[in-house]
Amino acid sequence: MHTKQSTPWLYLGPGLAILTFFLIYPSINTIYLSFFGRNSENFVGTSNYIYAFTNRTMLTALRNNILWVVVFTPLTVFLGLILAVMLDRVEYETTVKFIIFMPMAISFVGASVIWKFVYAYRPALASQIGLLNALRGILHLSPTPWLIKRPWINNFCLIAVGVWVWTGFCMVILSASYKGLPRQLLEAARIDGATEWGIFWKIILPLMMPTVTVLITTQVINVLKVFDIVYVMTNGNFGTEVIANRMYKEMFNFRNFGRASAIAVILLLLILPMLLVNLRRFRKQGAR
Amino acid sequence: MRKEGLIRVFSRIPLHTVIILFALIWLLPSIGVLVTSFRYPHSVATTGWWTIFKNPFNNAQYTLENYIAVITRCGIGRAFLNSFIITMPATALPVIIAAFAAYAFAWMRFPGRQTLFVILVGLLVVPLQMTLIPILRVFNRLGLSGTFPGIWLAHTGYGLPLAIYLLHNSVAGLPRELFDSAEIDGASPSYIFFRLVLPLCIPAIASLAIFQFLWVWNDLLVALVYLGGTPEVAPVTVQVSSLVGSYGQDWQLLTAAVFISIIPPLIIFFSLQRYFVRGILAGSIKG
Repeated sequence: MHTKQSTPWLYLGPGLAILTFFLIYPSINTIYLSFFGRNSENFVGTSNYIYAFTNRTMLTALRNNILWVVVFTPLTVFLGLILAVMLDRVEYETTVKFIIFMPMAISFVGASVIWKFVYAYRPALASQIGLLNALRGILHLSPTPWLIKRPWINNFCLIAVGVWVWTGFCMVILSASYKGLPRQLLEAARIDGATEWGIFWKIILPLMMPTVTVLITTQVINVLKVFDIVYVMTNGNFGTEVIANRMYKEMFNFRNFGRASAIAVILLLLILPMLLVNLRRFRKQGAR
Repeated sequence: MRKEGLIRVFSRIPLHTVIILFALIWLLPSIGVLVTSFRYPHSVATTGWWTIFKNPFNNAQYTLENYIAVITRCGIGRAFLNSFIITMPATALPVIIAAFAAYAFAWMRFPGRQTLFVILVGLLVVPLQMTLIPILRVFNRLGLSGTFPGIWLAHTGYGLPLAIYLLHNSVAGLPRELFDSAEIDGASPSYIFFRLVLPLCIPAIASLAIFQFLWVWNDLLVALVYLGGTPEVAPVTVQVSSLVGSYGQDWQLLTAAVFISIIPPLIIFFSLQRYFVRGILAGSIKG
């Protein structure tokens, strides 16, 4: 286009200025600060990083983030996938999709309170007002304090909230991809006597693999940054700490900006492999 | 024929059962919250919310008192207003700024275009934790922390990479002939931008605006960091999470507060489903 040399910069200017000030400059600054003490005055070398990989609560946080990644990611993608396939076979597909997708609209804070109520616990003999403990009562089991039962039960209870929110998202994306599959192929397999289960594993899943891969990287990035659910439900107590909540605490409760910065950098490093996947995808798209 | 039909119906019972089970798991927690928010404190404390189904039409068991209490006494009314004050500019600003930038990236030639765009894609996945401390320090120095303009700017910054990326995709998808013929007619870039690009990209802009609105409305972390807990400026997410700390066992209050806080997202969800799904799907690459 025959535009003046300066015109593009007029259109880009405000955007680039804001990106530089709010993302590029602070990210570089945070890496720098991570090598300094709590007030960013004394150079401390790598001691903030050594702290991050030796402190007990930090190790719990790292363990829990791994737990979130290996439980939450496959579970949301898998549930999304079987829902997409199952719902395609019933007449009331839209209604159920609507119900499952709805949690995506509300805040994690809202979802956390909703589930905290499901997990509500009263000592035995008191009447249970939480749905799960009332169900245990029907089965003549004693009530469980779900959110303080460490190390696994409470973490799984928090992960369940994440799954409740994000499954709908996976379902909608996978459903769109499923409906794009060549129908004749599935019909032909059925006529050849293949079982529905066999069709799912041998035909549907391989064909949908590209979408599944993209979803997995997206979900890993999302789950590594998990904060709201843990902050609202347990605030990281009882062995449920995660990296993002730990960073917030170092920053606001302990006022240690060096350690908080180091934790943020660790979070970035964990996400970085996903960035490379994203960039490669972008380059492929750009090549067309 | 009839027999075959019956077999078909029966063989599908497991499928229907599994689906209905899913629907119930997804629905029951929210129904519990909705029901509880209309019940009297003493019944909430002593019986499960499902006991209303013994006699669901007995209106004496329902009350609006919890809503009045959270709006007036627990600061949810104020927080709801704050959420709107925060969300409106924090949605409009990044969308407008991104539209200009997306047009430049898609249809203008300038040195460094490719490099800048790769940097932009990289910025999509930078966790905002990387930016909190330096920006908070600058905000403290400028007196922007704890103020609405501060959080408007912060959300604009965090929303921009995705906004530019998405709008770029749809602006770049417009036909080349459109721009060629406009240029032959002597149209200026600003004429092309306002008269052609913007009107043609309305659906994409709407999806993006919905996504950004929900992101800001539902945000907790950014508000906690830049606004602190001050009730004068705190949005509804921050207020609800602080109620969890102070009224942890008063479920009738917590549930009413939560329900108020999710009304705007639910309205958008119900009324603008098409754009909503598009926005969420498009936003899926935002990490």
